[in-house]
Amino acid sequence: MTLPARQSPQGRRVSFFVTCIMDMIYPDTGMAVVDVLEHLGLTVDFPAAQTCCGQPGFNAGYRGEAKQVARQFLRAFQDAEVIVTASGSCAAMVRHEYPALFADDPQWAAVARRIAASTWELTEFIVEGLGMTDLNLRLPQRQTFAFHDACHGLRLLGLGGAARTLVENIDNAVVVDLPECDVCCGFGGLFSVKMPEVSSAMLAKKLQFIEASAAETIITGDVSCLTQMNGGLARQQSKKRVCHVAEVLAQGLKGQQDGR
Amino acid sequence: MDVKSNQFIALSSIAIGNAEMQKAVTKGTHNAYVKRQAAMFVDGHEHGEALRQQAAEAKRRALRHLPDLLEQAEAQMQANGIHVLWAADSAEANRQVLDIVRRHSVKKVAKSKSMVTEETGLNHALEAAGIDVVETDLGEYIIQLNHEPPSHIIAPVIHRTKEEIRDIFIEKLNMPPTDDAATMVAFARQKLRDVFLTAEMGISGGNFIIAETGTLCMVTNEGNGRLCTTLPPVHVALVGIEKVIENVADYATLTQVLPRSGTGQNMTVYTNMIHGPRRPGDDDGPEHVYVILVDNGRSRIYATQYAEVLSCIRCGACQNACPVYRSTGGHAYGWVYGGPIGAVLTPLLVGLDKATPLPNASSLCGSCKQVCPVDIDLPRMLLELRHDIVQQGYTERTWNAGMKAWALGSSSPRLFEAGGALARIGRNLAGEQLPGILGNWTKSRDFPSFAAKPFRQLWRERQARRNGKPS
Repeated sequence: MTLPARQSPQGRRVSFFVTCIMDMIYPDTGMAVVDVLEHLGLTVDFPAAQTCCGQPGFNAGYRGEAKQVARQFLRAFQDAEVIVTASGSCAAMVRHEYPALFADDPQWAAVARRIAASTWELTEFIVEGLGMTDLNLRLPQRQTFAFHDACHGLRLLGLGGAARTLVENIDNAVVVDLPECDVCCGFGGLFSVKMPEVSSAMLAKKLQFIEASAAETIITGDVSCLTQMNGGLARQQSKKRVCHVAEVLAQGLKGQQDGR
Repeated sequence: MDVKSNQFIALSSIAIGNAEMQKAVTKGTHNAYVKRQAAMFVDGHEHGEALRQQAAEAKRRALRHLPDLLEQAEAQMQANGIHVLWAADSAEANRQVLDIVRRHSVKKVAKSKSMVTEETGLNHALEAAGIDVVETDLGEYIIQLNHEPPSHIIAPVIHRTKEEIRDIFIEKLNMPPTDDAATMVAFARQKLRDVFLTAEMGISGGNFIIAETGTLCMVTNEGNGRLCTTLPPVHVALVGIEKVIENVADYATLTQVLPRSGTGQNMTVYTNMIHGPRRPGDDDGPEHVYVILVDNGRSRIYATQYAEVLSCIRCGACQNACPVYRSTGGHAYGWVYGGPIGAVLTPLLVGLDKATPLPNASSLCGSCKQVCPVDIDLPRMLLELRHDIVQQGYTERTWNAGMKAWALGSSSPRLFEAGGALARIGRNLAGEQLPGILGNWTKSRDFPSFAAKPFRQLWRERQARRNGKPS
């Protein structure tokens, strides 16, 4: 399936989709996203009617329920010029699935197509949409990072390079390789509770690579995968931690302010 | 073959607890995955991707014209002197093989690897009729000795370590103890040589049938396939009806992606293009060649939105790439095909009711589609099958109710926020172990606390501050 073509987001108002998990569990990461976008001189709004993109239901096969939730997304964002979210997975849901999900819905089909074409994942929005690769950021101290490529961003949106580029251009940030960084962490949404043994076996392999890595912090682009990996790391009382790319960028903002 | 796919969760747990199997499957899939990457993109990423798309197009085109191509293939093969038979299902295919066995007074069969005969349970049918059937692919030979089915499409014994195989040879064949792989292979080769020389019939599968020329194509590495199809006086090939392709040019494309994707080779050691029985003046070859075109559920799939899955060329790349397969091995899938292709093909071939867990045995990571040499959108099909599961009522009531509640709660920002607040309270009360199905999470992973204030509240407070109003 090909992704809908889209226009440059230059100079447009940005509507932030926080996602359900970031809203309830990681609101500070959500604020970090807003801080980064505002640092770039953008005007950010937060449509208050937003809830969830509908992916949990959709991936479980509950299309009717997913559509019900996705319709709320369309209602919330129908006036948005550009939608930015800090999740490759939720962005992929909107961009890949919405046009087909609403294809037979005369009221929402056009809105769904337009919204699918104007939704961006945070790092691709900055690098590809705005054409910015160096955000002039600095970390207070030298820190070593490695990346875990969250699957949906990597394979459904073709991300991969954008987040690395942004972090590599932060002063004091060192990026090293993580072996098998493109292999799933085992989260998979409801898969993690429907098939916990398999999900945990996949996680165990991922954690071995993380533990062996020279990086103190692993960066990823989805808080859902982050929850899986940090859940496993915490359980084995690891010193390592997975954080969202927006947190690192926002730390760079602070370092930049401190450094002046 | 019995279908145990509904026991996927139990079978996968057993597999995950099997340390030897974990070692073997991790190593085997990793090596194959790395070799595939190197071989597929040896001439650059763009070239490898173009080759994949060309292969996909060849198989899609063949599928579009499948009914015509099957008739053309039948006519061409008959013109080449091949007896062509059609089998609607497993029982018919096995019956046809047994008829041929009786016609030619066969007592011993040398068999080359074939997944479709795993579907039909051919070996059991032959053994029940008192026929001695010996698998001659080394991996298949080992698992036949050990009375287990293959766990991988092209590496049937990927789930066993070298040490386990050594022990099987010692126990079943009285092999003099050795840890040297080459010595073990040489030992098996000696045993198999006798089979090739004494069998009255060879049975094989087939990778492709070229409709244009009526050619049965078969790639192997061990040479057993060539011996099975040339030494015994009778050769029977069982081939799925989806294996027919249009022409030699398409074969040239497909024969590049199959070994690259499967074993990371540019070409397999043996490439067999079988046109028919021994002709007058030929030095070797069987006197009779039969091709049985097996449907066994394929034409049913052909009529559905899942038709594209019939493009599969059985390379096993999706199995090697799949993190679920890497953790569970193939036997957990409970039937012939493991991994992503099995998660799609099994419910379609045996019925969703007999393989309900399989479409959910995936994190939807997308690796399978990425490596598929014919670009089958397996993740999309898993999603469609999950939708079928819900529509056909194979889900538990608690899930249905939970999803309804989720949809209702997520259809209004007020309910959503209230639901979030309730979830926060519930999560804090629960402590380290979460209740119900969420307890499956906390068996092996911590679950974070919900934030004291959700983002939407932080945002409202921030806007109020900015607007100079108290929050």
